[in-house]
Amino acid sequence: MTEDKDARWMLVFGAWLVAACATLGALFMGEVMGFTPCVLCWYQRIFMFPLVFVLAAGLFPFDTKVFRYALPLGLVGLLVAGFHLLLVAGVVPEAMTPCRQGLPCATVQVEWFGFVTIPLLSFFAFLVVNALLLTAYFKTSK
Amino acid sequence: MKQKNMFMAAAVLLIAAFIAGAFFYKNQKAEQAAQLAAQNQVALVRPDAPSFGDPDAPVHIVEFFDPACGTCREFYPLVKALMDANPGKIRMSMRYAPFHPGSDTVVKALEAARKQGQFKQALEALFVAQNGWVKNHTAQADLIWPYLDPLGLDMVRLKNDMNSPEIATMITRDLADAKTMNVTMTPEFFVNGKPLPSFGFEQLKALVDEALAKATTK
Repeated sequence: MTEDKDARWMLVFGAWLVAACATLGALFMGEVMGFTPCVLCWYQRIFMFPLVFVLAAGLFPFDTKVFRYALPLGLVGLLVAGFHLLLVAGVVPEAMTPCRQGLPCATVQVEWFGFVTIPLLSFFAFLVVNALLLTAYFKTSK
Repeated sequence: MKQKNMFMAAAVLLIAAFIAGAFFYKNQKAEQAAQLAAQNQVALVRPDAPSFGDPDAPVHIVEFFDPACGTCREFYPLVKALMDANPGKIRMSMRYAPFHPGSDTVVKALEAARKQGQFKQALEALFVAQNGWVKNHTAQADLIWPYLDPLGLDMVRLKNDMNSPEIATMITRDLADAKTMNVTMTPEFFVNGKPLPSFGFEQLKALVDEALAKATTK
């Protein structure tokens, strides 16, 4: 029983770790490297940053219901990140998006190793956070 | 307990990595900026740029500025005081970087005032009145006239000169030079060709003091 709880704790801790890395990474690119976040990036930040605190609060003491508060953030963040990816890929035309002013969201500011863009990193981070939380969630309901 | 330690260790590690990364990145950037400046002295020092102080002064400050920029306004008296404290030792050149919308028209007015020998007066008048003609980070060129009026400029000539292709070319060139020097924010200072390691008046003063010390030992 406690072993199972420990395993779930580790999953949530993993999700927190990913969220913390993503948050610090976004802050590094925005504040240190001086990139201007586009509108969609801001929405992804809105859903990623609080996860660091919500998940941390759920870890001590371990709250098995933390998913109820974290998953809505994670899932909506994933949707925004997915939309952003489609936009950068050109599947969704730019005119349909709310980014007509300021920095266009389809602009690619960073391309590491030829394919790693900031929206891809964001999408991947949301994906991992959700996967870990969902795994922990289904372990609970068993 | 084990979990708490793990969490704390991870948190401390992440924050340390962030700070170390930021430090490393800033250092690298400063080095790159110094190299860039060293390679592009032509784009930095243009003989026709408006300048104050003794042309043969040993210390030459080049400032990229925007008349609509609030920090440029605040730095102006500070730099002036620095020059006054070291008479004949510091020369200051002003380069245009009108990044605010509408600011290029104000720069044109400054250049036109310069043709009548009133660059400094016009610049100071516009800086003092900045809040009167910069609204929502946009320069409203039609609001500058009342502030230029007391200078006794020939306004008809000034407005004519503002349309001269010569001035437009100069602004385009200055903006291109700003791009070459990787100036993306104003004000940006270079002291004897060297960029500030990081932004701030203390950093500027330190660089000027260093250049002054070098000049006196020579």
